[in-house]
Formats: sequence, structure tokens, C-alpha cells
Amino acid sequence: MVTASVRAAAVQAARQVAEAVPDPELPMVTLADLGILRGVAAEGERVVVTITPTYSGCPALREIAHDLRYRLGQAGFTDVIVRTELAPAWSSDWITAEGRSKLRTAGIAPPGPARRRQAPPGPVPLTLTATRREPVPCPRCGSADTTQTAAFGATACKALFRCDACREPFEYVKEI
Amino acid sequence: MTEDEFAAYQSLAEDVEDHRWAFGTGFTDPLEGIDASVPDGVDAAALATYCLMLGDDALIYSHRLQQWMTHLPELEEETAVANIALDLLGQARMLLARAGLAEGAGRQEDRLAFFREENEFRNVRLVEALDADFAELTGRLLVFSAWRLALFGRLAAARDPVLAAIAAKGVNELSYHRDYAAQWVVRLGDGTRLSHDKMQAALRAIWPLVDELFRADDVVAALPGVAVDPGELRAEVGAVLDTVLAAATLDRPQAAPMAQVAGKSGRDGVHTEAFGYVLAELQSLARAHPDATW
Repeated sequence: MVTASVRAAAVQAARQVAEAVPDPELPMVTLADLGILRGVAAEGERVVVTITPTYSGCPALREIAHDLRYRLGQAGFTDVIVRTELAPAWSSDWITAEGRSKLRTAGIAPPGPARRRQAPPGPVPLTLTATRREPVPCPRCGSADTTQTAAFGATACKALFRCDACREPFEYVKEI
Repeated sequence: MTEDEFAAYQSLAEDVEDHRWAFGTGFTDPLEGIDASVPDGVDAAALATYCLMLGDDALIYSHRLQQWMTHLPELEEETAVANIALDLLGQARMLLARAGLAEGAGRQEDRLAFFREENEFRNVRLVEALDADFAELTGRLLVFSAWRLALFGRLAAARDPVLAAIAAKGVNELSYHRDYAAQWVVRLGDGTRLSHDKMQAALRAIWPLVDELFRADDVVAALPGVAVDPGELRAEVGAVLDTVLAAATLDRPQAAPMAQVAGKSGRDGVHTEAFGYVLAELQSLARAHPDATW
């Protein structure tokens, strides 16, 4: 139990717990791997965890907040609040190298670099064909000979692909 | 499921002090922990109305897209439209929450979504009708997302940091929505004779509602540096639509704008007949059981 004000060591311990929380929809990666953990800080005796949604309607945010409170509670941090931060908007570029490697091992292709507008405000370029500039390599056999079968998948953050070499379907985390 | 994965769900089951309202959100404020003060010099009442406008567009359109579930031609399109509807619902939640906070009268997103009357909604009329077919769905989604993307791209620099953050996040989502719609419009327009004719007919059906998207109003005028004059968007959106229609071998319809009622339309709370039906479906359950929790 934390009875005195939360000291730096305690914040560090809380951070380690928060970083290791798995994402409910992609449980092979942690909040730290995904880059959605924005901060862990102490306010008096309270631990304040700041997270950011991947997509505006992300239904996992509530589960993530509950899981954070639950796991931090198990680790002795009983006074925890979870805050949301919107700016800057999450980008798939924030997924760590380790996160990408874990996704690939689980058969999910990690995202390529997010397309960026030249200098805001400027129009977002229109894409009229489903053909991608850079191929998405198959996470199973590594072949670049893959085809997108659907631009949206079972969760907001994924698209569906098929490998034309090994013939396996796979999911791809969209670059955003 | 490993023990680690299970913990997220276990913690939900153990949650006892946080009863959720059965029909709305009622459990998380989407802007929790965000500094929601209105910047100096910004008209708070006008900001609240402006956020309602943009939130209502997304809320009503999301519901119309949800009505397509189990009716789409393929499972892949079902997941696509469901994801688009979910993104828009997320935008609506944040915008309605922002509207309630700027208004300062204690109205939260659920109250704004489920307990306002028809004439208190500020959405454009484009989002009200049930699409007649898949061509109409893709045509309407193309127009809506091209317009909203152009608008949110500019709003990302708005002087209200909360609205700017919501818009910046929406830009990424709307880019996907627009590309999805544009690719279908091209595929149908440049497809068979039948698909071409259906796509062209769909554009004719929705085009009378397009002009309203670019009409200025008093609320925008009261928010310099925050709101975007919709007239500014006309060229950018027009260029996008022309590019798509050219690739799709479709003609831009020459249609007179739908008439207003005594100079009023969607942004003033004057809606089409279809709106009453979609709103009734959206609200009736919540109104029948206003105190239900689960």
C-alpha cells in the first residue's frame, strides 16, 4: 500500500507495471509496445496514468483503463486515475521495434511508415487504387507477393491481406 | 486465453461501483482528464453549437451506416462500414462531450444524443436518408468523407485546442473512409453498364444535398480562428470529387440544391422527413428506460 506521497522509485515501479499491460485486442503487445502509454506520474499519493486512443471510437480504451487500475492495484497502487490525451494524435509510427517484432511473430504484419501531409494545412492525397506503393511482406514466409483483400479488419486498426506465395491470409496493422 | 489476457476481463467483472447506463455510454467521459476550458476570446455558446453541428453529422451518419449491418453484399464490406461507423461514433462522442463542456449546463454526451428533439439537432441533411442501395452508400460516403476531411484538415489548426485535437485525430480516419468510398465509386462507375447506371443514379439522388455542405451560417461567423467557413472547402472538395468521377467515367450531376424551409435547413434544425425515423430508432429505447443500468 502506498501511504506516503508517491516517491520517484514508486513512480518507476508503477511505470513498469503500466508499460507491461497487454493490449486487449492485440494481447501479444503491451501498451508500451504500441506507444499508447503517454505518461505515468504522481500527484500527491495518486498515480496518474495518461493514455491515448489509437482511433476515436476505439472500444478498447475502457478495458485498458480498467486493466491499468486492476494491475496497479495488485502491485499496491490503490489510488490510480487514468486520463486520456488526444494531442498529438497517435500514429502507428509509435509502435516500437520490439512491438513490431512481436506482431510479426504472432502472424500480424506490422505497419509501414505513416503517410504524412507535406505541411499542414494541405489536402490529403487521394488513393484511387488498392495497389500499395510499398508491398506488405507476408509475416509467415516473408514474400512481398501479397494482396490486400479488405481495407478494414476485425478491429479499427487492422486491414486484411493474403499472401500469394504461401496462400495464407493475414492481418496487417494499418499505417496511420 | 492466458491468465495475463484474462486479467483485463476479470477486472471488468469485478467492477462494482461503476454501473453503466444500459443504452448509452454512461461509463467514460471521452474527454476525461483533458483541459476543457474555453480559450479567451472564444464565444463559448457558439463553440458549443459548432461542436454539436459536427458531432450530430457524425452521430446520425454513423447510425445510418450501422443500419447497413447484415445487409451488405460481402463480409469485407460489412467490416469496413462497421469500422467507419465506429470511427464516426467516436468522433461524435468527443464532439458532443466538448459541446456539453463548452455549454457549461451539465449536459453530457448521452443527454445530448438521446434526449434532444428533432429540431435541436444541427446535422446537415445529407446524412439523414437511408441509402437506397450500395451505390448510394458509396456515393454519399465519398461526398461526406471528402468534405469532412477537408474541414477537419483545417480545424486541426483551430484556436480551441480540444476541437483541434479531435479534428487532427479524425483526419487520419477520414482519409481511410474517403479512399474506401472513392475506390468503390470508381469500381462501380467504371464497371459494368448496370453498375455504372446505378452509380450515376445514386449521385443524382444525393446531389441536391451537396450544396448545403458549403453554406455559411451565423455560428461559423461568431467563431473567428476556430470555425472554418464551409465555403472555403468548395474548391478542394470539388477537385477531389472531379478526380474520382473522371476515373469512374461518371458525370457530376447538374442538380438544383434541395429547397430550404423559410431560409433554414439542417444546420438550423430543419430536417428532411427521413430524419424523424432515424432519430426515433436511435433514441426510443433510451427514452423508454431512462434509468436502466447494467
